[in-house]
Amino acid sequence: MKKAVKKTLKNFNQIFPIILGLFLLLSLTISVIPQTFYDNIFTGNKFIDPLIGALLGSISGGTSITSYILAGEFLKQGVGLLAVTAFMLSWVTVGTIQIPIESAIFGKKFAIVRNIASFVTAIIIAILTVATLPLI
Amino acid sequence: MIDTIQGKNNNKWIFLIAVMVLYLIVAVMDFALFKDAFFHFTSLIQKIAPIIVFVFVLMFLSNIYFNPEKINKFVGKDAGAKGWVASIIGGILSVGPIYLWYPFISDLKKEGMKDRFIAAFFYSRAIKLPMLPIMIFYFGLSFTIILTFYMLIFSVLNGIFIEKVLEQKKS
Repeated sequence: MKKAVKKTLKNFNQIFPIILGLFLLLSLTISVIPQTFYDNIFTGNKFIDPLIGALLGSISGGTSITSYILAGEFLKQGVGLLAVTAFMLSWVTVGTIQIPIESAIFGKKFAIVRNIASFVTAIIIAILTVATLPLI
Repeated sequence: MIDTIQGKNNNKWIFLIAVMVLYLIVAVMDFALFKDAFFHFTSLIQKIAPIIVFVFVLMFLSNIYFNPEKINKFVGKDAGAKGWVASIIGGILSVGPIYLWYPFISDLKKEGMKDRFIAAFFYSRAIKLPMLPIMIFYFGLSFTIILTFYMLIFSVLNGIFIEKVLEQKKS
C-alpha cells in the first residue's frame, strides 16, 4: 500500500506540470480560434471538405462532447456529413497539440505514426460510414 | 516513458514555463485575449479536476492490484485476443482527455504493454458510451451504430498497422 501511494504520488508529480501547461495552451488556442472560423472554412466540395474537416479536428482540442456538438451544428448549417464525420473523428483520435508530450512518453516514431494513421483513418471511416448509411 | 521526461533536463518544467511566458506575452500585447484564455483555463480545470482525481485513483488501484505478470498476461508480448479486448474496453471506459492517461499507459508500457495495444487503447477512446446519446441526438441511431462499429474495427487495424510500421523502422 505504502509503495502504491509513493508510486502514484511520483506519477502525479511527473505529470502535473505537463497537464497544467497543456490546459493553458488549449485555453489559449480556444480563445484565439473563434467559432465563426469553423463556420466559414468549409467549401461545400465533397472531396476537399472531409480533408478540411479532418485537419480542423486534428488541430482542435477539447472533450469529445464539444466535437459532437460542434459537428452537429456544422451539419445543421449545411456542411456535408463526410466532412463533419471526419472532423469529429480526428478531433477525438488525433492530438497534434499533444505530439511533443506523446513523443516524450511513448517515443517520437510512435507518436508520429499513430497520429498520421489516426488522421488517415478518420477520413476512411467517414467515407465508409457515409457509404454504409443508406444501406441500413 | 514519463521517467525519461524527467531525465531529459526537466522538459516538463521547461514546457510549463514556456507556456507561461507565452501567456505573459499575450497579456502585454492583448489583455482581453489573455483574460479570455485564462477564463477558459479556469473553467477547463473545474471540469477536468474530477476526472484527474479519477485517473489517479485508478492508477493507485492498479499500483496495488496489478503486477507485471498479470499485465503482461493481458496486454504483453504473448497476449492475443484478450489483449485486444482489454485494451479496447479500457479505451472505451477511460474518461477525460487523452493526455491524462499517458502516465497510466506509460506505466503499463514499462510492464510490457505492446505498442499495438497502446494504439488500440488510444483509438478506442474515441468511443464514449455516455456521449452516445448526444451523437444519436445530432446524427441518428443508424449513423451512431455504423460509426461505432467502424471505430471498433479500426482500433484493431490501427494497432496492427502501427506496430508493423514501428517494427520495420527498428529493423
